[in-house]
Amino acid sequence: MIQQPSTIVRTVVNLLVPFIQLFALYAIVHGHYGAGGGFQGGALLAVSIVLSRISNGAESLERFSSTRATVIAAGGMLLFGLVGIVPMFFGASFLDYEGLPLFWVHGAELRYLGILIIEVGIALAVFGTLVLIYDSLAGDKW
Amino acid sequence: MRLLGFALVSLFLALMVYATGGLPDRGNPEAPGHENVWHYYLEKSMEETATPNVVTAVLADYRSFDTFGETIVIFTAGLACIVILMKRLK
Amino acid sequence: MFWQVDFWLLVTLVITAIIAISVRDLLATVVAISIYSFVVAVLFAQLGAPDVAFIEAVLGAGISGVLLIVALFLTKRRSED
Repeated sequence: MIQQPSTIVRTVVNLLVPFIQLFALYAIVHGHYGAGGGFQGGALLAVSIVLSRISNGAESLERFSSTRATVIAAGGMLLFGLVGIVPMFFGASFLDYEGLPLFWVHGAELRYLGILIIEVGIALAVFGTLVLIYDSLAGDKW
Repeated sequence: MRLLGFALVSLFLALMVYATGGLPDRGNPEAPGHENVWHYYLEKSMEETATPNVVTAVLADYRSFDTFGETIVIFTAGLACIVILMKRLK
Repeated sequence: MFWQVDFWLLVTLVITAIIAISVRDLLATVVAISIYSFVVAVLFAQLGAPDVAFIEAVLGAGISGVLLIVALFLTKRRSED
């Protein structure tokens, strides 16, 4: 930010970012069986992007722009809302996953799947929002 | 002024310590928070949602409306940050 | 678990809170707040709430520290009072 980060910092961050993202995916999909879930996974994804922003600067902005972060945040929110509203057209109440139109699964399995979709939606929304907050704070300083 | 602030903080600390004495013990099975609905979640969450982690089952299934509101709050905070701080989207 | 673990974690909590409000250099304040969040995360984990501990460690000790440091570099580093 004040001075250009050294080669060591950039190399280490570029090595670290994919592993953080892999762990974030693990945290999202493993929320059914242990600690983890949408919020944690989304925050970890945002951490990886912010690390890349700090060390790589404008290059990171080219690779993952603020517009894309906005679209991802809104898309996650939309996914959550759709999972809530779609069951209402099939005779169930708001956010009742057993009314989702996935006819090859039933009962508890369907609710399991609904929880998974919800977690992905939360993760996308949190991820996009945190990256957006960082971008709007930092502006075009780096 | 400094003395007044110190006295106020001390008073608040004394109040908090006094109020802590009225809380139930940690892990006490007869605490008010442990009496009503948790039996249902612990017993039924596996067969109703096939999710071993009860925290996730409560957060994303039984209380998913709360989670919906929570996510909307975070998203709105991000939108407010854009409106106030961001010069232009690029 | 062991009361010693609780005791020293809580002592660290109080010390970092006092450092955070009394130090003039605001960068040191941010570091103290990050340490505070991490100790709170360890306390949550020790109380048996790994989900909350996870999110506190990621958000409190990771993202919020970065955001505060960015805000510091955009304004200035020394405290006025």
